Amino acid sequence: MLRVEGLRSGYGRIEAVKGVDLEVAAGEIVALVGANGAGKTTLLRAISGVQPITAGRIVFDGASIEALLPHARVARGIAQVPEGRQVFAPLTVEDNLRLGAFRRGRAETETTLAEVYALFPVLAEKRALPAGGLSGGQQQMLSVGRAMMARPRLLLLDEPSMGLAPLLVDQILEAVVRLRAQGLTVLLVEQNASAALAIADRGYVLETGRIAHAGAGRALLDDPRVREAYLGI
Amino acid sequence: MDQLLQFVFSGLTVGAVYALVALGFTLIYNASDVINFAQGEFVMLGGMVTVFAVAAGMPLPLAALVAIAVAVATGLALHRLAIEPARGASAVTLIIVTIGASILIRGLAQMVFDRQFHALPAFTGEEPIRVLGASILPQSLWVLGGAAAIVLALWLFMERTLLGKAVRATAANRLAARLVGIDTTLVLALAFGISGAIGAIAGILITPITLTSFAVGTLLALKGFAAAMLGGMGNPVGAVVGGLALGLLESLAAGFISSTYKDAVAFLVILGVLFVLPQGLFGRRAVERV
Ligand SMILES: Nc1ncnc2c1ncn2[C@@H]1O[C@H](COP(=O)(O)OP(=O)(O)O)[C@@H](O)[C@H]1O
Ligand SMILES: [Mg+2]
Repeated sequence: MLRVEGLRSGYGRIEAVKGVDLEVAAGEIVALVGANGAGKTTLLRAISGVQPITAGRIVFDGASIEALLPHARVARGIAQVPEGRQVFAPLTVEDNLRLGAFRRGRAETETTLAEVYALFPVLAEKRALPAGGLSGGQQQMLSVGRAMMARPRLLLLDEPSMGLAPLLVDQILEAVVRLRAQGLTVLLVEQNASAALAIADRGYVLETGRIAHAGAGRALLDDPRVREAYLGI
Repeated sequence: MDQLLQFVFSGLTVGAVYALVALGFTLIYNASDVINFAQGEFVMLGGMVTVFAVAAGMPLPLAALVAIAVAVATGLALHRLAIEPARGASAVTLIIVTIGASILIRGLAQMVFDRQFHALPAFTGEEPIRVLGASILPQSLWVLGGAAAIVLALWLFMERTLLGKAVRATAANRLAARLVGIDTTLVLALAFGISGAIGAIAGILITPITLTSFAVGTLLALKGFAAAMLGGMGNPVGAVVGGLALGLLESLAAGFISSTYKDAVAFLVILGVLFVLPQGLFGRRAVERV
């Protein structure tokens, strides 16, 4: 479904992603783990088109998309839950969700809204409140819900567990697994490598802008090199 | 007392124009962090194009529509030809670009039109209306009513339509706006277009009272900027209150001190805000960046 080839991207003279190859097949959960500063966020932003690339290709559904603007990529079916949640703080919870469906039809929006509220009932309770007033966990649910509103086929998640209590992390990851069961394909970025690899079919380990290890989620979890470097065990 | 009320009326009238200019600043600033100093030229175009279209034989309402269209087109062109190519440049660079654009627009206006002052007939007569011992021009009511209608329309657009919410979302968090599929370039173009229309309407409404010329934009931009700063840059309520307050201050200063110092009020307000109240009366828009 998604194939990234030789992708390079950076900030001025600093190269943050130094030629990454990566593949996500339809229906998979693929985890991308790595230390802080490894280039995970840069890579996800490049896939969404909000971060310029200097080389490489991004192929989605067999077509090159690296020349498309971000909104065109959303229309093709790629949605992202950005690092740090990034909700529209002054807007209400429901407006945040409706804006997630900015590229969809009105009738479709109502159905999806009901689905998101069913997935995260707390959002329905707080639908009329400003998003900025929600707790961190609720904002994360809102951010996931907002991405769902676009009815994506590929969901990019950037550290959804960041700053959340373990119980909430489980809740978010459970939602991810459930969404996959409904046919969604997921690329999950995490610093919390063990939790991510545990639910992933396959995983990649990113090290200073390059893929250092790749393999089945379980295998990476058991790989002594990965365990030592990233899991602290 | 009567005299005070008189100053209040005239202060609110010019203040409404400053408020509209300040709203234009706010719209564009929120969509892009650009402070558009060509904002005053939209007001100039509104007045001047209407004057010349009427002189060419057009009925006033049609002339006004043409003027609004010209200002909107100018706003869109400014965005497309000057702001968009400089995307990614620093805020200071973009401000200088808008100052350059305002000089260019003024120069073109001077060539296309002339260097004279011009008036428009008042929309509904010149006979002042007596209110509590003071008198108010019917045209002042047009200005105040027109400004109120624009503020209301803009509020409805921002609060009630998905496109308006997309504009607010872009102001709140540009990265997230792009990630949900909002074309932020289009939102910025829209902001320039709407600002052009608002400025032009302000110019059309006020010209029967204050006269207009190719050069009125500079001072108006400055005063609109002062009003926006006073209210808190990026805050639409602040823009309206700041505009009205600046108009009142000017009018009172002109009435009770001396009209020679009238234009100095705006400078004093800018300095005062910068030193004493950097967030403005209502606070700056909270900038959320990553
Ligand atoms: N806006 C930026 N400007 C300059 N350098 C940046 C910026 N964002 C990230 N970087 C640098 O790029 C590298 C990769 O960052 P990032 O993609 O955020 O990593 P990760 O998400 O894996 O923590 C880091 O060295 C970081 O310091
Ligand atoms: Mg990151």
